[in-house]
Amino acid sequence: MNINEFKEIVSNGVWKQNTGVVQLLGLCPILAVSSTVVNGVSLGIATAIVMALSGATIAPIRTFVPNEIRIPVFILIIAVLVTVVQYLMNAYMYGLYVVLGIFIPLIVTNCIVLARVEAFASKNPMGASALDGFAMGLGLTLVLAILGGIREIIGHGTLLSGIDLALGEVAKDWVIHVIPNYKGFLLAILPPGAFIGLGCLIAGKNWLNLRAEQKRKAAPATPTQQDTVTA
Amino acid sequence: MRRIARSTLQTASNLVFFAIIGTAVLASTYFLTHEKIVESEKAEKLKLITQIVPTTLYDNDIMQDTLSIATDPLLGNDAETLAYRARLNGEPSAVVIEAIAPDGYSGKIALILAVKANGELAGVRVVAHKETPGLGDYIELLKNPWIKGFDGKSREMYKDADWKVKKDGGQFDYMAGATITPRAVIKAVNKSLLYFAANRDQLFAMNPSQEKAK
Repeated sequence: MNINEFKEIVSNGVWKQNTGVVQLLGLCPILAVSSTVVNGVSLGIATAIVMALSGATIAPIRTFVPNEIRIPVFILIIAVLVTVVQYLMNAYMYGLYVVLGIFIPLIVTNCIVLARVEAFASKNPMGASALDGFAMGLGLTLVLAILGGIREIIGHGTLLSGIDLALGEVAKDWVIHVIPNYKGFLLAILPPGAFIGLGCLIAGKNWLNLRAEQKRKAAPATPTQQDTVTA
Repeated sequence: MRRIARSTLQTASNLVFFAIIGTAVLASTYFLTHEKIVESEKAEKLKLITQIVPTTLYDNDIMQDTLSIATDPLLGNDAETLAYRARLNGEPSAVVIEAIAPDGYSGKIALILAVKANGELAGVRVVAHKETPGLGDYIELLKNPWIKGFDGKSREMYKDADWKVKKDGGQFDYMAGATITPRAVIKAVNKSLLYFAANRDQLFAMNPSQEKAK
């Protein structure tokens, strides 16, 4: 894996093929868990870890797995990894485990994990596959963090509430009260708020893409032209 | 024909191979984390119990002094639960029981209650619920002190008609826009006190092993 490949994989995962706002895979956890930054980021990181591990596990065995049973084998491996992550969280981050609840085991059913394994890890070497999984997970975490931030500020008027569940009692004072004495705005916390927020994020991403496109057209002779052909 | 059988067998054994490895990984993780998980679950429960039973009320190991309670319509539990008994100088002082309010706005509300030996509530907490966030979730202590309104109440103090929200002619506060939730909780607490009154002696009875120690 050379430096260009590395850049390509990372930029695909985090921006160009972002799972949250471009591929729109794994909407269920995105919409359900993004009510606060801490919840969103925690599940995002858990997903990123599972994706990196599944990429790293499946890439080296890809030549041994017969084509007909590759999907069951991939699912089996993903399920094992998710359960391992679940046990570890249950043991060492009990508070967070209780908050994320059913969404940790549900990482198995998150289409994006299987999609990346099938599309990337089953055709590429180990290092690149692990990186791809991690970059994709990072992109998802980013979306969850932004969406969680928007919903938390509008819904509760705070940021980072519940951080002590993830990092222990020390972090109890890290909660930022952005708007003091805020009464709360229910819509943002409920599922409709998640849909509206995600819609705004997708629109924002498209707007940024469009603007970049126009800029490129306005200056046709720049050397950056070749980089964005595939976008 | 033979070729098909052979390739099927090969595929199957391949799958079995991966299943065995997966099971082995899972089993070892389970054994490595199991103790820690049980420990943190216990710590969480103890934290909750010490919140509702003042430490001055007991000197026994409350987590060990348990009694399993069969399902009972008054408690609403659909499986056996544990009651934790608090004793001071060997005399029963309070019991912690779990109850379920089946008629919340979005399903069941799981409660944990501490009842003192004299039938007075030492405290009530909501353990799990699915009520509307920002609307019905004021039953959580984290959001609102409402649940502390039960402290010190008893069936001696309030008759059946008092165990209702003020809107329905009872004695308990509620918040406009979310009355179904407190109704369910109040009803469940009242019924749990009825259960306590009917089963008081069994609830505080010593376990056979404790009898022997005495």
